[in-house]
Amino acid sequence: MRNGRNMKRTLAQKIIARATGAPANIGDVVTANVDLAMIHDSGGPRRVEPLLKEWGVGLWDTSKVVLISDHFVPGDTDEGARILALTRQWARDKGVSFHDGKGICHVVLPEQGHLTPGMFVVGGDSHSPTGGAFGCYMFGVGATEMAGVLATGEIWVKVPGTILIEWSGRLNPGVVAKDMMLRVCGEIGMDGGQYQAIEYTGEAVSALSMQERMTMSNMAAELGGQVGLIAPDETTAAFLRDAGAPETDWSDLQTDKGADLLAHHRFDASTLTPQVAAPHSPANAMPATEASSGVDVAYIGACTGAKYEDLAAAATILKGQKIAPGVSIAVAPSSARDQQRAADEGIMQIFEDAGARILPNACGICAGYGTDRLGADVTCISSTARNFKGRMGDQTSKVWLASPYTVAASAITGRITDPREFL
Amino acid sequence: MPRIFLFGDNIDTDQMAPGQHMKGGIEALAAHCLEGVRPEFPATVRPGDIVIGGKNFGVGSSREQAAEALKHLGVSCVIAASFAGIFYRNALNLGLPAMVATTLDGVEDGAEASVDQIAGTLTTNGRTITLEPIPANIAPMLAAGGLVPFLKQRFQSAP
Repeated sequence: MRNGRNMKRTLAQKIIARATGAPANIGDVVTANVDLAMIHDSGGPRRVEPLLKEWGVGLWDTSKVVLISDHFVPGDTDEGARILALTRQWARDKGVSFHDGKGICHVVLPEQGHLTPGMFVVGGDSHSPTGGAFGCYMFGVGATEMAGVLATGEIWVKVPGTILIEWSGRLNPGVVAKDMMLRVCGEIGMDGGQYQAIEYTGEAVSALSMQERMTMSNMAAELGGQVGLIAPDETTAAFLRDAGAPETDWSDLQTDKGADLLAHHRFDASTLTPQVAAPHSPANAMPATEASSGVDVAYIGACTGAKYEDLAAAATILKGQKIAPGVSIAVAPSSARDQQRAADEGIMQIFEDAGARILPNACGICAGYGTDRLGADVTCISSTARNFKGRMGDQTSKVWLASPYTVAASAITGRITDPREFL
Repeated sequence: MPRIFLFGDNIDTDQMAPGQHMKGGIEALAAHCLEGVRPEFPATVRPGDIVIGGKNFGVGSSREQAAEALKHLGVSCVIAASFAGIFYRNALNLGLPAMVATTLDGVEDGAEASVDQIAGTLTTNGRTITLEPIPANIAPMLAAGGLVPFLKQRFQSAP
């Protein structure tokens, strides 16, 4: 391979090389040692324990397993409640780190200081690339494969090529990471990532806060990338210090200049306007001004779109405004900590004044696992990542994806609205 | 003779394993598998049939019940122009062969077909289409019937 002669390495290669103890040449299928495994209540204990029993083995290392309940929280169905009870019992039996009802796994994991740059992490959820915002090679697997990881501490990976997504310039007010990602989805499509490593770079990415970077990495899943990496910097280090994560040396954790790239896509943040994605694909992206649809439900939720900064953005628009007649708005803050911070700053009060229904710190309508779902023919505008047909409710429901700003503005007018009108 | 069920691009995991049925068992999920895009699929697919998709088959969630539901319905093999990464891993881990076709020209919904996994071919309508082989490192796991029996052998033979 030509890469064998290029001593310049990508960030993905560097992390994989450390996890395997061998050079990571692009295209090699290698076995990596897993630094951390994250599981949730849906794909976690209820699915992995029967397999561990069948194999007659326990966890390879209890200190490297984090369990977070989010999919079936708050246990509003009989089966969901039973699954949560099983999850809690398993956590007690195994003695793993367990965050119960604290929020969505991808947000809680870094918030609780479990991630440090350069880690090789496997998550039992497709939005696991979120960890890439912290310079972790983190990707999602299904429950059987996760059981294999929990039993052996190992997983195979094909060393990916890197698709660089470079954002030059600076974002304008009212335009956020979610808009950047919808734009990229529209441009390169849901298979543009080819299950390779996506890496975000450029002035606009460097300027993003950690929560905004998490939105970028999170939606690498919608691009079909295995991971969505961002090289760590001082912003990363400051976040991790606050989260109580151990200090590590990340000075070499970036893609070398001159490393082989699979593709290099360039975008300009300074000309980007608020984006929406029409039903039923994130790749159906267009400027919000070009979309024409009424909305029945406005949803601010999920790991993608209800972190503290997402809540703050929506509140900026909603403050002192009334929701359009017939429109309902629901807010499911991504984590209890983010909700508390929002409450302390009066943001939750703004939602309550606007008549929003506040849902638990969980996957909520985005996963569609509980009783909160979209009814027949309902049109929803949502700050989540995915608008597949029927995902959030009835097969006839329609979901438009947008930033928290745009969701809030659309709730006020009752139709899809560019939020800059309200800034 | 196995028949082809042909689907388009970007068939997502929510279609194969709808979220509202995730709290139920595989039986419930399989009964609703792909009904959103093709209502008659779960009732009419027969053991041995072949599911063929376009680009990015299995996009979306990590829920392996997507692949499991197909297997539960007796689907013998999934072929696509390309697969979403997690679905591809899940299918192989569950012992459901997933293979990338070099072309889907001439592939017809409802047509009879046969797959030779070793040779890497799909034969239908008098045509033979080349399938990309399962990666060599992964083949033993698939041959064992998936990750569960594969690791069972490994743990049982461990000292």
